[in-house]
Amino acid sequence: METGLLFQLVLNGLIVGALYGVVAMSFVLIYKASQVVNFAQGEFMLIGAWACWWLLTYWQLPFWIGFPVALAFMTIFGVVLQVAVLRPLIGEPVISVIMATVGLSIFFQALMKWMFGVFAQPFPAIFPVERIRIMGLEVQSVYLLSIALSLVIMLGFWWFFNFSKHGLAMRATAFDQQVAQSLGISVPQVFAMSWAISAVVSAVAGVVVGVVSGVSSGLSFYGIKVFPAVILGGLDSVVGAMLGGIIVGVLENLAQYVDSQWLNWGNMTNIAPFYALIIILLIKPYGLFGTRNIERV
Amino acid sequence: MSLLAVNNIEVVYNDVILVLRGMSLEVQQGAIVALLGANGAGKSTTLKAISGLLKTEEGRVTRGEVLFGGERIDGVDPHMIVRRGIFQVMEGRRIIADMTVLENLRLGAFTRSDNGVKADIDMVYGYFPRLKERTGLAGYLSGGEQQMLAIGRALMARPKLILMDEPSMGLSPLLVKEVFGIIRRINQELGVTILLVEQNARMALSVASHGYVMEQGKIVLDGTAEELANNEDVKEFYLGGHGAERKSFRDIKSYKRRKRWL
Repeated sequence: METGLLFQLVLNGLIVGALYGVVAMSFVLIYKASQVVNFAQGEFMLIGAWACWWLLTYWQLPFWIGFPVALAFMTIFGVVLQVAVLRPLIGEPVISVIMATVGLSIFFQALMKWMFGVFAQPFPAIFPVERIRIMGLEVQSVYLLSIALSLVIMLGFWWFFNFSKHGLAMRATAFDQQVAQSLGISVPQVFAMSWAISAVVSAVAGVVVGVVSGVSSGLSFYGIKVFPAVILGGLDSVVGAMLGGIIVGVLENLAQYVDSQWLNWGNMTNIAPFYALIIILLIKPYGLFGTRNIERV
Repeated sequence: MSLLAVNNIEVVYNDVILVLRGMSLEVQQGAIVALLGANGAGKSTTLKAISGLLKTEEGRVTRGEVLFGGERIDGVDPHMIVRRGIFQVMEGRRIIADMTVLENLRLGAFTRSDNGVKADIDMVYGYFPRLKERTGLAGYLSGGEQQMLAIGRALMARPKLILMDEPSMGLSPLLVKEVFGIIRRINQELGVTILLVEQNARMALSVASHGYVMEQGKIVLDGTAEELANNEDVKEFYLGGHGAERKSFRDIKSYKRRKRWL
């Protein structure tokens, strides 16, 4: 048994998992605030990554300008999407809203392929790609950067929901929209804000993945991985989403290890999280951290 | 000029259900005004028509006007009405169960951008010392503590007018007394005007300076709290305890007729 490989895989799992977690958090953000299951979360990553790539290659902007511009674009994009597509659907059945987001997902994937082609495009070299050895393990510097960024985003979320006025307002809206309005909170504004933040954070993750492995429509596959992550953690728990993401990341790497060593079934990487998902839902239907309603007796 | 004037409003739910028909009332600056009435008379609807929360329940003011400080506020979105200085403490407290007491209080100050929030949290703790000791989730507070939190949260918005919907609901007589004592103190010490909807007419009239009695979507009686408390009809129908003598059905009917003409 190769323990070295095992450790390496766990580390890879943590790094990828942290990114899943970030996307999962932005998914939960939308779900919590507006009860919309956003199937187009992966496309947010895709659009953000392509927007940044386009600014950097076509306009030759330096990263420190192109990246913020791309994020600014994503902010507007999130708000416009919410106002134009989701707002008219408020009060409609859940299934209609889900269909709309599935439609958005398909539409944006096709649109991105049409605009930028189907081949993976490498990002211009922004950061020196070198390998760093930590405790005998090889890690690419970009990966370290990505995990640091994930941590910063997590901390940001934590601060936002616990200390900022608008984060509290978002939680209040998630709890009870009528109460939120009675406190002077504008619910449409909270919805728009949640979509904007979600789009921006997903785009950051998209750019990170793009920098590491190039931008292609395969990026939106991350969006699919987000489902086991959020359902593992509980649809409405930000912390759960993060942990769910990490669990999924580690799990798929371990599954790959098990597969390559003993099973040789192939493709366990992609399927293992969904097996875990089914098992956890059988045991804990609310997910690991999902809230049950507090009922005072 | 009165702080709040509701002029002859008509409220319709879902475009068909007529709940208020020609409802009018006035609240003077700095007063506590009680709005009494049986279940289904339209008291809560009146409050929601003022605070704009009617909009969240498919209701609409179809006739008449609501004036606050001389400006029309019917049709304004509820979150903007809060910014103008009207805060409704909804029936059943409606605190945010999965937040802490402190977070609930901070949310009350959502519309404010000054930096007096911290001082006001201490002020609220001054009125409700027992809230300070509760560090867990607000959902686990007792009913009385939740009511106190709901009132405290309203104070955090520094409103000019607080609309209170049944603060005594589900509380023990002793707690009702305590809550009403605090309502009176808030009114006197902070100068907040209060419009109070209550089933507990005796308690409400004991703190109010003025009262209105509602029935079937409109006001049937009004006067100073003292007048109302001594009014024979109010005594009979809202305060109870009118001795052992029983009225005949004919007398009750004549009362109903009399009310319709008011």
